[in-house]
Amino acid sequence: MSIDMAQFHQVFFEESFEGLDAMESGLLNLDMGDVNVDEINTIFRAAHSIKGGSGTFGFTAVSDFTHVMETLLDEMRDGRRSVTQPAVNVLLGSVDCLREMLRAIQDGVEVDRHSVDLHKAALDNELNHASSPALLETSLPPPVVEADGADGQISGWSIAFSPHLHLLKTGNEPVRMFRELASLGDLRVRADLQGVPDLYDLDPEECHLSWKLELEGDVPLNEIDEIFDWVEDDCDLAKQPVFAARDAYAEPLPDDWKAESDVQAPAAASVAALPTMESKQPKKEEPKAAAKGSSSIRVDTGKIDTLINMVGELVITQSMLSLIGEHFELSKLDQLKNGLSQLERHTRELQESVMNIRMMPISFVFSRFPRLAHDISSKLGKKIELKLVGEHTEVDKTVVELLSDPLVHLVRNSLDHGIEMPEARLAAGKPETGTVTLEAYHRGGNIVIEVTDDGKGLDKEKLRAKAVEKGLIEPDAVLTDKQTYELIFMPGFSTAEKLTDISGRGVGMDVVRRNIQALGGNIEIISTLGKGSTISIHLPLTLAILDGQSVAVGDETYIVPLGSIIESLNIKEDRLNRVVGKGETFLLRGQYLPIIRMHEIFKVVSARHTKLTEGLLVVVEGQGVRCGLFVDDLLGQQQVVIKSLEANYRRVEGVSGATILGDGSVALILDIPGLVRLANQ
Amino acid sequence: MSTEAKSDIDAEQFLTFELAGEAYGIEILKVQEIRGWEPIRKIPNTPAYLKGALNLRGSIVPIVDLRERFSMELVDYTPTTVVIVLSIRTETAENSVMGIVADAVSDVLDIDPNEIKASPNLGAKINTRYIRGMYVGKGNMVMLLDVDKLLNPDEFMDIAALPFNPEAK
Repeated sequence: MSIDMAQFHQVFFEESFEGLDAMESGLLNLDMGDVNVDEINTIFRAAHSIKGGSGTFGFTAVSDFTHVMETLLDEMRDGRRSVTQPAVNVLLGSVDCLREMLRAIQDGVEVDRHSVDLHKAALDNELNHASSPALLETSLPPPVVEADGADGQISGWSIAFSPHLHLLKTGNEPVRMFRELASLGDLRVRADLQGVPDLYDLDPEECHLSWKLELEGDVPLNEIDEIFDWVEDDCDLAKQPVFAARDAYAEPLPDDWKAESDVQAPAAASVAALPTMESKQPKKEEPKAAAKGSSSIRVDTGKIDTLINMVGELVITQSMLSLIGEHFELSKLDQLKNGLSQLERHTRELQESVMNIRMMPISFVFSRFPRLAHDISSKLGKKIELKLVGEHTEVDKTVVELLSDPLVHLVRNSLDHGIEMPEARLAAGKPETGTVTLEAYHRGGNIVIEVTDDGKGLDKEKLRAKAVEKGLIEPDAVLTDKQTYELIFMPGFSTAEKLTDISGRGVGMDVVRRNIQALGGNIEIISTLGKGSTISIHLPLTLAILDGQSVAVGDETYIVPLGSIIESLNIKEDRLNRVVGKGETFLLRGQYLPIIRMHEIFKVVSARHTKLTEGLLVVVEGQGVRCGLFVDDLLGQQQVVIKSLEANYRRVEGVSGATILGDGSVALILDIPGLVRLANQ
Repeated sequence: MSTEAKSDIDAEQFLTFELAGEAYGIEILKVQEIRGWEPIRKIPNTPAYLKGALNLRGSIVPIVDLRERFSMELVDYTPTTVVIVLSIRTETAENSVMGIVADAVSDVLDIDPNEIKASPNLGAKINTRYIRGMYVGKGNMVMLLDVDKLLNPDEFMDIAALPFNPEAK
């Protein structure tokens, strides 16, 4: 009957981290001095769940720590303490500390005792400070206690515990709780069998028993409360302190004790028989993979319902088709065509909704920025308002994960370098508070994320001077505005006059750009001196599907990502240039494009055209390099599902993956930068 | 297909197939499925014996021609030409799927591991790393292959990594 608690750890951690995020955003939303009970309640609830959960799993360090936070929050909730900036800062620090503790436990490493003690001391300091009443245990409300607490001479507790019928279904186990109680002191348990119905009416999953418990010893009430923490809402609970003289339940008969344990065994067994019911915490929870290490994803139940509906329809279509196929006559041809088109529609819908599961709102990334803005503005003494727009825009999970670091960098840059100090802003005739806007929206098949600030903007002259100084460009180079702004993406370029610990080490923007490009996107910057700048990131919606142009080279079909194609054209002899031993170039609007002959580089013997003027040139751009791919023919544009070649083989230079065409055959997807590398070898 | 009536508890089952008249065997547990030959897509700049990639219910499976791999005389693919799809295990990939082209599959043999003879030492020049052993039964000899080693993509790399010469026609 022992449950391996470890299997629920992952769920606990995930929930706790979510709880911490909720606490953090709640804390940041608090208005100083004004008690918003709803907000504080949200924070309190999150803290309480973490405390309860960690207590259940035996992470006492965490639960003790949370308990102190809870006390502080409780006082704020009751209005006994005003919400002050220092208090909020201490709480924010504790949230970070808790997060680190949980991470440490999750990774199985030693918790940093020193930092925990430091934060705990800060909390205690805050608690004892100012308006706090003397009693620390105020978070535990029953009035009885306060009265008795004053008396102090408690010899034990008598507890009447009548669970509601559904207690077992919430995964709570009375026996476990009693065992815990027994560890606190001498425990006697008496079961009340009156509520148990006839065997024929008995639903083994319901709890019909109630108990009278007697605990001897001077046990603090909060320890008892902790045990009943999870079941508070699922039972009627009455706790009476017992003083030296004993009351009604004083002498339970040994027989009763026996009877109790006999009755209890089947109740416990019924829980054991239902492993899926076990240990579900009494709160709504979506089913999740608990396996450690595997990444999980929270999916809106609505999405799953759609999926199930769709599969249902698919099954219906399938049975219809097989009926037609069983006794096929030519007269049923129309029916067959109908069925097939239905099948096609359902499959497409199904595919779309499956892809949709991987989509998650970008708020997963955005949610961390209010904290960042709060920290940086208080550190630098700036006044900053952070606006989030379009947080519900959905993006592929992988994109969300890989996007967060580059975005942090960009937002940090805007906060640190973009927004000026309040005095400078006032002097420039701008409002004292700077605004940084984070916006996400869909455009075409892309998602666009923009970081806009109304700060000082980029100084083109300064950028230029800096680039010349660093030797990145020639002093007499002619640059367009766009090219000038792009300088900040070059490695080793930093515009800040002084380096701060927040940003400005010059290792940032080029990494940001590389990360975004690795996701198949691009990054652009628009700026007006004195008015502010906007950095926009364009990303494909999903990484698993790509808009492609299929091209033919002999018998082979390749897919060129549509995003990297600039144009396709016929080759005119007079625009060709042959450099001896160095290959061929094509003159296009004043630019010499190197030509990559696909049939040569991929050794396609069946190529129809080997004379350049007979085939087509597809002008492509990849990582800033332009070149022309010489192919036989263009076939068509289509969306393709990217399949990995590496799954069963290994990387092939010049090929980023494979896909399956409509006729079931395989086509390779070209990797433009890889092709350029291959051609240069 | 007839199965040899030898059901030792310890016996291992091997699928045997034909290649230029010789019999070869592979552990049957490695075999995922057997399919007829169908045209496949070439993968550029890979060794010649890697015939290309096949769409196997949505995953891309590389196909190796064993005749070419063993430097045997090449033949045209016929209706009896089969592709044996194998699931292999390497240090780098836990489970990858590859196919081999064989002339025909012939039989499933129960072989007692004790009856597997070590592959003959053919001198340092001939690589017998891919051979697990030999089995002599009912008059014919079966060469048992170690497909994990034979189809390890990293082994291909040595050949694929040969300098590419763009001047070559």
